[in-house]
Amino acid sequence: MFENVKELLKAHKGLKREVYLDIENSSMVPKEVVDAMLPYFNQRAYGNPTLTHKPGWEAFETIMESSQKIAAFLGCKTLEEVNFTPGETEANNLVLMGTALSMKDKGKKIVISGIEPLNVLHVADLLNKNGFTVLKIPVDGEGFINLEKLKEAVDKETILVSLSAVNHEIGTIQSVKEALEIVKDRNSETIFHVEASDAYGKIPFNVQDLNVDLATISSYKILGPRGIGALYVKEGVSVERILEGQIGTQKLWPGVENTPLIVGFAKASELAFQDFEENVTHMRRLRDKLIDGIIGKTSDVKLNGPEGNKRASDNVNISFLRCEGEALTIELSLNGVYVSSGSACTRRLLQPSHVLVAIGRKFVEAHGSILMKVTRCHTEEDIDYVLEVIPRAVKRIRGIVGSMEVK
Amino acid sequence: MSRAPLPYNPKILELFRNPKNLGKMEDATVTAVAGNPSCGDMIIFYLKISDEDVIEKASFESYGCAANIATSSVVTEMIKGMKLEDAWKISWKSVVEAVGGLPSVKFHCGILAVGALRRAIRAYCKNKGVSPTWLSKEQTFEEKQALEEEELAEILSRRMKVEEEK
Repeated sequence: MFENVKELLKAHKGLKREVYLDIENSSMVPKEVVDAMLPYFNQRAYGNPTLTHKPGWEAFETIMESSQKIAAFLGCKTLEEVNFTPGETEANNLVLMGTALSMKDKGKKIVISGIEPLNVLHVADLLNKNGFTVLKIPVDGEGFINLEKLKEAVDKETILVSLSAVNHEIGTIQSVKEALEIVKDRNSETIFHVEASDAYGKIPFNVQDLNVDLATISSYKILGPRGIGALYVKEGVSVERILEGQIGTQKLWPGVENTPLIVGFAKASELAFQDFEENVTHMRRLRDKLIDGIIGKTSDVKLNGPEGNKRASDNVNISFLRCEGEALTIELSLNGVYVSSGSACTRRLLQPSHVLVAIGRKFVEAHGSILMKVTRCHTEEDIDYVLEVIPRAVKRIRGIVGSMEVK
Repeated sequence: MSRAPLPYNPKILELFRNPKNLGKMEDATVTAVAGNPSCGDMIIFYLKISDEDVIEKASFESYGCAANIATSSVVTEMIKGMKLEDAWKISWKSVVEAVGGLPSVKFHCGILAVGALRRAIRAYCKNKGVSPTWLSKEQTFEEKQALEEEELAEILSRRMKVEEEK
């Protein structure tokens, strides 16, 4: 089957522009970040940071410097609060399973929302099958969690509350501070975790101001390399390891530290934060240009998630009615615009995006949804091109639907 | 919930870009729908059938993925000029073959296309008041699968409504 891919790729030849907007699922790494990483593969710091030789000490120094930078951007008290993991999937697994292990004598209840990413939802389901009780807080039509329900859900048995600061699909900026106050008021011992992969570098986010216990961040979502993420663990908060082996500089994750990726993550963080205000303003301008360019000019479309300041600076999620999402992503790809869809068409299971269903979108609305994220590296011209391609692509796919009634 | 890579073959890509026999047929003898938009998968077939039970023209419309569009298109090509009896014998496997193979998660697209075709033929025979020997009394595998998908969509959307009301 995979030989087919060559032909598929050939069909993309001669594109006049290519715009990659699928930052949710992977990202391009800018040259500055790649350049920063390269020496760490074979020129310096390629040793194991816990060993007593020069390349090892170089690695130790490099990892600590990188931790220090990220700790500063996050607002940590010490650099030890930054724990590198191979990504946000691993960090979130660590949060749920690791607190279940460390807190099991205090209670068996875990609270999450219904729109968390699968690396939280599926781990929660696993724990639910193994003696823990997981409560999922509902959200409103824009993806804001019901704080009354949160209050009701937390009690003396609750060991962990895990919520996203920004929803990964629809960009809803949750009121983390308010949620945390409610939770700690009900049970001061409950660990409060915030999934901040879509907040870090995109909205103001400071772990000390918020006073959260745990926070997950991800490298590729800020245009760093894939395969690296981090978990902030507030000093004194206990999370158990879920993997065992040789422990080195990273107390929560065994194995040899991946110094080049850690360097790339730190470099991507620097680039995101050195002109933070400017970057955010830029992303917001492109985001709104994209939203306004589609909502105003294409019929039968619906914005998923909130508008304006309640929405993350980079997120665009729009449902195109009478338009199946997978077909649309292929049509867009053939025209050099790379996005993803909440359609169920890539799986036999008929349920589309759980986030869109949770905010009350009908299945047909979810099937026609397109998720796009803009970055500081995108330009006005990129968005102009996307706005030129999308209406044409939607028109063609709707032409195949023809006279059928899609409800 | 898992995702699978979908390296569609050149034939599917070509049919996706330039589907054949696309569009509503005003003078169709019979039409049949299969699938449900809630599954992200629905097609309609239009057939023009002669008095001698030969399919003179076939066309389709589709709300679905590239595989859905390609399999529907290929079925309308396969059956053009065919006697109803021969069209009835087309299986989903032969449709998958005709599009040069499908990723296994997309087999249901081929199944749905044949389901819609058989429904159209069944409806035609019923309207005509005939029951030829080759027309099985029992629902065939493809028809049952189409029905199952539609029922599943109903169940899921009902469940969603119940959750909304909570």
